[in-house]
Amino acid sequence: MEYSLIDLEPGESGLIKGIVGSSQSKKRLMAMGIIQGKEITVETVAPMGDPRIYSVLGYRLSMRNVEAQNIRIVRN
Amino acid sequence: MQGGKITVALVGNPNCGKTTLLNRITRSKESVGNYPRVTVALKRKEFTHQGQVIELIDLPGIYALTSQTPEEREARDFIHSGQVDIIINVLDACNLERSLFLTSQLIEMGHPLLFVLNMADEARSKKLQIDTQGLSSMLGGSVFETVGTTGEGLKELLDGVVMLHAQKTRREPIFLTYDDHLEQSVRRVQRLVTELHPKALDHHQSRWLAIKLLEGDDRILLQEGEHAHLLEMVHRERYDLARSHGEECDLLFAMARYGFTHGVVEEVVQGPSEGEMVRDWTGRLDQVFLHRFFGIPLLLVLLWIMFQSTFSLGKIPMGWIDASVSWVSEWVSGQLPEGMVHDLVVDGIIAGVGGTVVFLPNIVILFFFMAMFSETGYLARAAFLVDRSMHTFGLHGKALIPLVMGFGCNVPAVMATRTIEDYRSRMITILISPFMLCSARLPVFILFAGAFFSEKAGTMVLLMYVLSIVVAMGAAVILNRLFLRSDDDAFVMELPPYRLPTLRAIMIHMGDRVIGFLQKVAGVILVGSIIIWFLQEFPHHQTLSQDYDREISQLALMPQTLQNEEIITALKMKKAQEELEQSYLGQIARTIAPVFVPLHFTWKDTVAILTGFVAKEVVVASYAVLYSQGDRAAENSESLRKALSHSMTPIVAFTFMLFALLYAPCLGTIATIGREAGGWIWAGYSVAFSMTLAYGLSFLVVQIGGLLL
Repeated sequence: MEYSLIDLEPGESGLIKGIVGSSQSKKRLMAMGIIQGKEITVETVAPMGDPRIYSVLGYRLSMRNVEAQNIRIVRN
Repeated sequence: MQGGKITVALVGNPNCGKTTLLNRITRSKESVGNYPRVTVALKRKEFTHQGQVIELIDLPGIYALTSQTPEEREARDFIHSGQVDIIINVLDACNLERSLFLTSQLIEMGHPLLFVLNMADEARSKKLQIDTQGLSSMLGGSVFETVGTTGEGLKELLDGVVMLHAQKTRREPIFLTYDDHLEQSVRRVQRLVTELHPKALDHHQSRWLAIKLLEGDDRILLQEGEHAHLLEMVHRERYDLARSHGEECDLLFAMARYGFTHGVVEEVVQGPSEGEMVRDWTGRLDQVFLHRFFGIPLLLVLLWIMFQSTFSLGKIPMGWIDASVSWVSEWVSGQLPEGMVHDLVVDGIIAGVGGTVVFLPNIVILFFFMAMFSETGYLARAAFLVDRSMHTFGLHGKALIPLVMGFGCNVPAVMATRTIEDYRSRMITILISPFMLCSARLPVFILFAGAFFSEKAGTMVLLMYVLSIVVAMGAAVILNRLFLRSDDDAFVMELPPYRLPTLRAIMIHMGDRVIGFLQKVAGVILVGSIIIWFLQEFPHHQTLSQDYDREISQLALMPQTLQNEEIITALKMKKAQEELEQSYLGQIARTIAPVFVPLHFTWKDTVAILTGFVAKEVVVASYAVLYSQGDRAAENSESLRKALSHSMTPIVAFTFMLFALLYAPCLGTIATIGREAGGWIWAGYSVAFSMTLAYGLSFLVVQIGGLLL
């Protein structure tokens, strides 16, 4: 089953399948380590549920939910 | 180039410790920050190593070279400018895979490269083992392990720079190879590029150009705009590749690069898995600092502690400085003979500079906290915590950093907006940054709050801070309405691990700011004080309504009584008043003053407002000079407060504080806005916008306040 990154709850992780959206935002996300086949985990959620912190490639990265929505994953 | 100095550029991800490394190497003063992209302007340091002059340039931290952000463009343009002999690519040893993405692009640019595995100590403590020999051969350049905070490995690195420059360790350049399809496209485009630029490009350069074209790089496409058939070919290749791979061409390249970096990491790194890497104490601290319910209250408490300390702790050394300035003033006054020079030094220079230097302790403490926040990594967390709320005002969470820095000085605040990629968000942040109550305006409020609201001085200053935030947010909403909405809502931000700041780093960070403040005092404030003194001292031949000097000397001869002394003081005040009114400054101010009549400001306040354009602290210096007339005694804030408190009603005083808070940014900030926003029209826009807001709000306050009180 394919999901979007926002479907993951804190502590859950998945494998990145791909990114949808503008080429600009895809490039930016890829430069930050959002790459196909990598594992991504939800670490922390901001007080109002948005943005959230994820860990990927062994470091932490925050994203707004609108961006996370564009990242397709498969659950682990 | 040869024989002369070696120009070395430091390139790396934000937060990889480049600036710390630079500081350590040059043992000089440089701002360091454990927050992504603290370095905004190019910083250069020159030094000698083994008798060789080396110029080290700290390029802004970037994740890629695909010219999306101003930093990326700046870094790339600089590398291409031909000024760089050697590039040192700083890699975060704990974050090798992501760091190498930038490396893969640097390698393709074909410049002599050296690699630094920085923060090797952190990697060791995480039990990461990196085979530097293997890495070196895979990247085609020497690799050095360093620890920026202790200086470990730096000598070897500099030796390496000198060696590489002397061509002793030159290696065959390596190329990233892509899969067959991509590779064939690259070659086809490269062939045409070479034909179009005969003999101008070497193999590396033409290949790089071909790759950039296929990646759809806007700038390069524009640069090659004259070669229509090249662009047509690139377009066709991109289309074909995208169709056959089911993915856009630029992303195919990015994926191929990650293929390379992944291969390298697999080969050379041994240690814990990525998942284990983040199960560190940063995670546990985040559970506290980013707690769902306590995160924001904790942020507020930290900011409150920062301001409380700034003011209550600052009071003690302020008293000492105040006393010293008085002492110096009196001593100098006694040394110099009566006359013009005496007046210039005592009433102009010492009064003006002394009146500003008093605020040094506040600034030192404020910047201590700012340094602590950024060095520990907390500043990025703060941006994360407030992003949702900031978003309501059309701002980015990252705007918190420029805005908080604005409390220190608006100039670095405007520069720090570079961290915001979205153009619209960035422009809004630039335009509202000047509303943040900077440390230069603080003296004005401390003076006024002390003079008019002595019991509630602290509350009044706090109120000004609150107002500055409220106005900034309101302005953001207004500007949001004026601008076209863009749908780019990016908030991708790295959260660096928490780090214990070294005392050294904090000191360097603070020292920078303090020196900056003192330079301002020595420069702008000094010149400003002298000009103000000159404008209010001349012309000398004035026609006064009474012969004050004669009357005063006559009274002075008579027996000393309390009544007598009061008359003398009154006469002196009146004389001073008249002299000022007729001075150049008085004349200018009185011409403009009618504009401020609806706000109940006098021509003296107009003088202060005019002089405040230079720098906001000058407002205090102006009042000091304005009220020092006829008073040969030392200037200190206590006497200035007294003099000031008789000059206006509390409501007008409050209005003046509000006006001083909001009206046009100082010259330095205006210049920075012009430069950063990319056009003087923005600087003009900023001035017009803030003037309108300041005048409008002040008018409302003084009129409504007048009705209520």
